[in-house]
Amino acid sequence: MNVEVTPLPGIGVRKDFATRNGRRIGVVTHRDGQIELIVSKSDDPDACLASLPLTADEAGALANLLGAPQLVAQLTEEHREVPGINTKQLPIKANSPFDGRTLGDTAMRTRTGVSVVAVMRAGQVHPSPTPDFTFTAGDVLVAVGTSEGLEGALKILKNG
Amino acid sequence: MEHTALALIELGAVFFVLGVLGRLAGKIGLSPIPLYLLGGLAFGQGGLIPLGDIGDFTHLASEIGVVLLLLLLGLEYSAAELFTGLKRSWMAGLLDIVLNAAPGAAVALLLGWGPIGAIVMAGVTYISSSGIIAKVLGDLGRLGNRETPVVLSILVFEDLAMALYLPILTALLGGVSFLGGLEAVGISLLVITVVLVIALKYGRYVSAIVDSDDREVFLLKVLGAALLVAGLASAMQVSAAVGAFLLGIAISGSTAHNATRLLEPLRDLFAAVFFVVFGLNTNPASIPPVLGWAVLLAVVTTLTKVATGWWAARRQGVGKLGRARAGAALVARGEFSIVIAGLAVSAGAVVDELAALATAYVLLMAILGPIAARVVEPLAKGLQRRRGHGHEPATSSAG
Repeated sequence: MNVEVTPLPGIGVRKDFATRNGRRIGVVTHRDGQIELIVSKSDDPDACLASLPLTADEAGALANLLGAPQLVAQLTEEHREVPGINTKQLPIKANSPFDGRTLGDTAMRTRTGVSVVAVMRAGQVHPSPTPDFTFTAGDVLVAVGTSEGLEGALKILKNG
Repeated sequence: MEHTALALIELGAVFFVLGVLGRLAGKIGLSPIPLYLLGGLAFGQGGLIPLGDIGDFTHLASEIGVVLLLLLLGLEYSAAELFTGLKRSWMAGLLDIVLNAAPGAAVALLLGWGPIGAIVMAGVTYISSSGIIAKVLGDLGRLGNRETPVVLSILVFEDLAMALYLPILTALLGGVSFLGGLEAVGISLLVITVVLVIALKYGRYVSAIVDSDDREVFLLKVLGAALLVAGLASAMQVSAAVGAFLLGIAISGSTAHNATRLLEPLRDLFAAVFFVVFGLNTNPASIPPVLGWAVLLAVVTTLTKVATGWWAARRQGVGKLGRARAGAALVARGEFSIVIAGLAVSAGAVVDELAALATAYVLLMAILGPIAARVVEPLAKGLQRRRGHGHEPATSSAG
């Protein structure tokens, strides 16, 4: 993907790329760290349909929404030859008992046999988290296991 | 004691009225600059309420206002941004100078204001208001547009051109000979080059000198450094404003960002005083005779700025609507036109009508600029549609 980086003197930096249908999509990062999501118009590719200011949390959440399914799809593809093994995204919600606690606290592997292979946070992938990895609300766990195990893992994350 | 009480009351009244005017401007989506000028006209000589007791304070405060305007302008750019902006826009920048300085100079010569008057008016009509333009682009959500970097790099070029123009102007206004003028140009070119190199290579050391974690210490150090540099520059015949601008460029990174945040309210306060003082020193009665010229200049220089932006955007492969937007975005003139006229007036080297013409012109352009930036899209679309299908032109709204 060819991401174009354009300095905006006095304001910040614009990073965007052209999609296959000819639109531009990207972000304007202001000097003070504020992020704006930009999407170009279809009839006038020079102009923006929207320039949406996002907080750091919102940008991270959006990045997870866009990034996690792709990672999961990739892992599913790799495990296809192994019958009975599934890959699933498990969210840490704001009211989860593990918001602020570690992976070790969940005892996930012992209780369900499920492995957490990666944690998506603010658009970043943290691969192979260790037992002392501390979760925060908004994290998305990428987990591999049997379908019963994954069901159980989801319940653990929700109810403790 | 009597005098102090009266001065406080007058100053308070001025600030309060400016605050009300600023709020009014914000409500209708305009720059407050024209309203500050109008406020000054109303308070000043020949105006409604003459103010006599705050002259000393407002004189110094308006000088500080100019220094802060330029310091914050310099803080906005890093030296690297200036270089890339310059590389990208020098052709458009030169066209900008030729097209937009010429009308001002021509009118000044027609009115018999001589070569110095011509150079002053050339500066007044040339320089766009980066403050107004950056705000309008943000408000209209055009920061992501493809023509926006074109507009911004033209502004960078203009601001650098100011760093050359101001010392030359100060030298000319000081009545120095041709040789003396050349010397001033030489000195300022040298100083600008040295500062840019220092800023590029050793910017963090300059930043380290003024930087501090303590807000109070930081504020005092930044402000102190700015006034010191401005004063020294002024003593060396390079204008005080340029000294502040160059200091701003030399301060970089997070220090620059923090300094901007800290100084912004101060700049707004003192710059407001500067605009008021300019209005104060202009007799409202002198405006009607030059109003016709101001309107003519406004029309011509609106078209020339649109042409500049159109041409520059086309070179970057931007479509027609984007070219029109780039042109209209550049129309606003404001703070720096008044800074230029203010320098000329305080030096006493130009006729009074020049101040009146500059005031009327900036009043028109500071109002016209944001409106032009808003209506250009519906207007251009309407024109396209009419040409394309022969329909009735779409009624365009200013929203």
